[in-house]
Amino acid sequence: MTKLKFLLSLHDKLSDLPQNEVEERLSFYSEMIEDRMEEGLSEEEAVSAIGSVDEIASQIVADIPLTKIVKEKIKPAKKLKTWEIILLVLGSPIWLSLAIAAISVIFSLYVSLWAVIISLWAVYGSLIGCAIGFIIAGIVIFITGNDLTGIAMLGAGLVCTGLSVFAFYGCKAITKGILLLTKTVALKIKKSLIKKEDA
Amino acid sequence: MDIQLKRGLLDICVLAAIKNEDSYGYKIIKDLKPYIELSESTLYTILKRLETANMMTVKTAEHGGRLRKYYHITEEGLRRIEEFKNEWTEIMSIYKFVSKEDNVND
Repeated sequence: MTKLKFLLSLHDKLSDLPQNEVEERLSFYSEMIEDRMEEGLSEEEAVSAIGSVDEIASQIVADIPLTKIVKEKIKPAKKLKTWEIILLVLGSPIWLSLAIAAISVIFSLYVSLWAVIISLWAVYGSLIGCAIGFIIAGIVIFITGNDLTGIAMLGAGLVCTGLSVFAFYGCKAITKGILLLTKTVALKIKKSLIKKEDA
Repeated sequence: MDIQLKRGLLDICVLAAIKNEDSYGYKIIKDLKPYIELSESTLYTILKRLETANMMTVKTAEHGGRLRKYYHITEEGLRRIEEFKNEWTEIMSIYKFVSKEDNVND
């Protein structure tokens, strides 16, 4: 049996007990298994050295006072989710680095979203630049005598002006959209946290 | 060994195992193995009891990329060991008495 399987089935057997107590015991057994593995036992051997899940579960139930169990029964159930156990097992060593990783992922998402916004407005800016440049150059070239090229450049300048008007509304809409999206995501994360505490 | 007797002794054994230096769960079990059999669940219960009685404190420290709980004996715990030593002289005299009774009966 793997460590994860062992802890999961132990958790299943203890699902009626106070969850903070169960969590503490699971991490205790997890540490025991890991220490045995560190000494050279295979995962399989380390798990079987701890004993059978049934035996341990009934011992734990015997240990916990009845009043506590009854209290837990009355309380609305909040069970550790499977992914939380997996995190507990995989992550017990590295909570801090996991947290840092999560934060940096969120941060990088923000940065990339802002990069999109910035690049959009940069395109918009360059369109305006082109429009102004083309119009001024067109006028100058027209005046200096090269009419056809001048008119062509003026035309290009007007096209750029037109495009930049479109681009302005486009950029505005997309920026708004992205900001709204980040707000919604932030709100969702907050809500899920609050829900957890309520339960 | 009688369960009642063993239970009392186990608390002292665990305290003795962390007396000289802080120790962790698996090491306590290993250190006590030559003297007394101790299962993980029993150890957990004892550790909890000792902690509640302020005879030791727990701190979590990193070890090889994971966390491990280390147990540290308090003044109260050291006092309990001394107490036990005193009790033991009493127990030894009771033992002598019990053994003598045997001889008389023989």
